[in-house]
This record gives sequence, C-alpha cells and structure tokens, in this order.
Amino acid sequence: MFSRKNLKLLTDPINKNNPITIQVLGICSALAVTVKLKPAFVMALSVVFVMAMSNVIISLLRKTIPNRIRIIVQLVVIAALVIIVDEILKAYVFDISKQLTVFVGLIITNCIIMGRLEAFALANKPWPSLLDGIGNAAGYGAILIIVAFFRELFGSGTIWNVQVIPDSFYELGYVNNGMFILPPMALIVVGVIIWVQRAKNPELQEEN
Amino acid sequence: MENLINIFVKSIFIDNMVFAYFLGMCSYLAVSKTVKTSVGLGLAVIFVLGFTVPLNYLIENFILKEGAMRWLGEDFADVDLSFLRFIFFIAVIASMVQLVEMIVEKFSPSLYSSLGIFLPLIAVNCAILGGSLFMAEREYANIAEATVFGLGSGVGWFLAIVGIAAIREKIKYSNVPEPLKGLGITFIITGLMGLAFMGFMGINL
Repeated sequence: MFSRKNLKLLTDPINKNNPITIQVLGICSALAVTVKLKPAFVMALSVVFVMAMSNVIISLLRKTIPNRIRIIVQLVVIAALVIIVDEILKAYVFDISKQLTVFVGLIITNCIIMGRLEAFALANKPWPSLLDGIGNAAGYGAILIIVAFFRELFGSGTIWNVQVIPDSFYELGYVNNGMFILPPMALIVVGVIIWVQRAKNPELQEEN
Repeated sequence: MENLINIFVKSIFIDNMVFAYFLGMCSYLAVSKTVKTSVGLGLAVIFVLGFTVPLNYLIENFILKEGAMRWLGEDFADVDLSFLRFIFFIAVIASMVQLVEMIVEKFSPSLYSSLGIFLPLIAVNCAILGGSLFMAEREYANIAEATVFGLGSGVGWFLAIVGIAAIREKIKYSNVPEPLKGLGITFIITGLMGLAFMGFMGINL
C-alpha cells in the first residue's frame, strides 16, 4: 500500500516537483488569501479535499468518460465538490468564508486540479491518484502557508492572530511593514521562495 | 455615462485582474514569453470576458438570485438557487469558449493556428470565472455596467500580459542570478509592476 513508489507520489510534489514553484500551476486562485495565516490554512485544507476527492472520482470513472467531453465532465465533478466545500465553510466558519469571498469558487479553475486530473488521474488507479492528489495539494498548501506566515508576521506583527512582536518593540519605534499587506508583496515573497529553492537544488534552474 | 467610464477605468487600473487579484496567473506566466502570442491571448480574453460577464449577469438576475424567478409567477418568488452559481457560470464559460473557438476557426484560420492550444485554456483561466464571480459579488445595477466591467477587466489583463511579455523579451539579455532565472524573476517583476499599478489607487472620475 505504501510502497516506495506510492510514497514518492506523496512527497515529491512537496519539494522537487512542487505545483507552484516548479510546475507553475494554480497560482491564480490563492495568493490573494495569504494576508493572514488562518484563511490561507482554510484555503489549503479546501484544496486538499477537492483535489483528493476529484482525483479519486475521475480515476474511478476514467474508463467510462468519452475522450471528447472529458473537460466538461472534469469541470462538473470539480464544481460539485467546490459547492460542497463552499456550503460547509459558510455553515461552520462564516467569517473566514466572508474573507475568502470569490476565491473558494475559483478553486474550480485552479489549474493544479485540472492539470493533475489530466496528467495523472485519467491514467492511474484510484489509490495512487488519491496519494497524488493529496501530495500535490499539500505542496500547494505548503507554499500558501509559508507566504502567509511571512506576510502576517511582517505585515501585522501577529501569527494566527496572536501578537508575537512584543509591545516594547513598538515603543522603541518598530513599525509594521504595511507593504506586506499589499497584494504585490505576495508575488515577491513567492519569487524569493523560488530563489531559495533553486539555489539549493541547482538541477531545477532554468536556461534563461 | 460618467458611472460607466468610472467602472471601466476602475476595472482596468485599480481592480486589475492580475496585479490586485492574481487572476489568470497560470496562462499569464506560461504564455508571456513573446509579445506576439501574448497579444493574441489578451485579445481572446477581452472578447470572452466581454461576452460571458453580461451573459452570466442575465443568468444571475433572472434565474439564480433569491426572488429572481418572480417573472415565472408568484409561486417561484422565494426560490433561491444561488448555490448553483458555480456550475451555471462554468457551464456558460465552457460553452462560450467552445463557440469562440469554432468561430475563430471558421473565419480566421491564421489566428486560430497561432492561438490553437491557448483557446481551450481560456475556459480554465481564472480571470474569466473571476470576472463573473466579482460581477455577482458587487451587484452591478444593470447589464451595461456589467458589460463595461467585463470589457475593462479584459483590457486590464491584456495590458498586464503584454507588459510582462515585453519585459521578458528584454530581460533575456540581462545578467540575472542563476537560481532566479525564468520563473523567479518573472514573479518579482510582476510584483514590482503591481506596486506601480497601486499608484492608480483612489482615482475617481
């Protein structure tokens, strides 16, 4: 069940084959939710759920889906799962659901999900598909959480809404860096993450 | 009229799809290697947004919203189908993209072959679904406002992708640190462009 090959499916996307920094998928729907750690965490969990479930469903149906209409079938499966997530978030964590606004809906067009369905679930059995889904969503979530950690720490001086920078710092003249709250800073933080990752793994570097 | 111009300018510069909401980033990063292809894709996005946003506006206001089905009779007055929004919107978008693809193939084969693989990709471009969802969220007053918002968002996306493509063409010749080459520097430039665009904040015509 957890053979080395299967384990690789789970761990590879977290670093060496990360969906955001290497495959360049799924940047769209998520960076705007990384101002604070909490919404980023909820977003990551939602993506893990949608991704794992849709990978399994498509993998189970893979022999019955006609090739020509597969994109519509995939979109319907994903959209149905996202509706479930949206309703659950509205019911149990309404304030976070308000902060995430349209970005929950945008999980539907998250390229990672479509990309993994096309590249993996259509050609593999349900169990490896489940692992692949969880692995990729976790790799994506990891980047979200790293970005949100730095943005919340420098932008608001808090982590998980708990103040970590002591009052004495503020009295000495420390000021929160307002730039980290602005959207462009998320892109720059991701750029720096890519920089660090590729400096450590030279085989990932691009030609130009 | 003044209101329409205001919405147009706002959706291009202040609520720019790429710089303020990171929508459509996948194709933005993948297709922005040359100016020529990015112009083609940008135009296709303007076109699709200009059609799907007003279409989804009609669906939202005559089918999905609470009480929107009143025109069918009093029995339907308190039907609320808004939870079906995602499926309806994505179906409209997917079929519109298919339609655009067929029209372009029929009337302009040269444009079709140069856009080829990117056209179907527009269906999963988050900027398109995002446009419709923002339209529903902000509750525009009439269909003209929704259309102008759709077109403006498309133009904003077009400006962003053409701008980054032009910069990437030039940056090939500069001395970028090895690990930052390609994706990394593109992210950072996009961030800087976003900061520049924030200078438009607060413009009100």
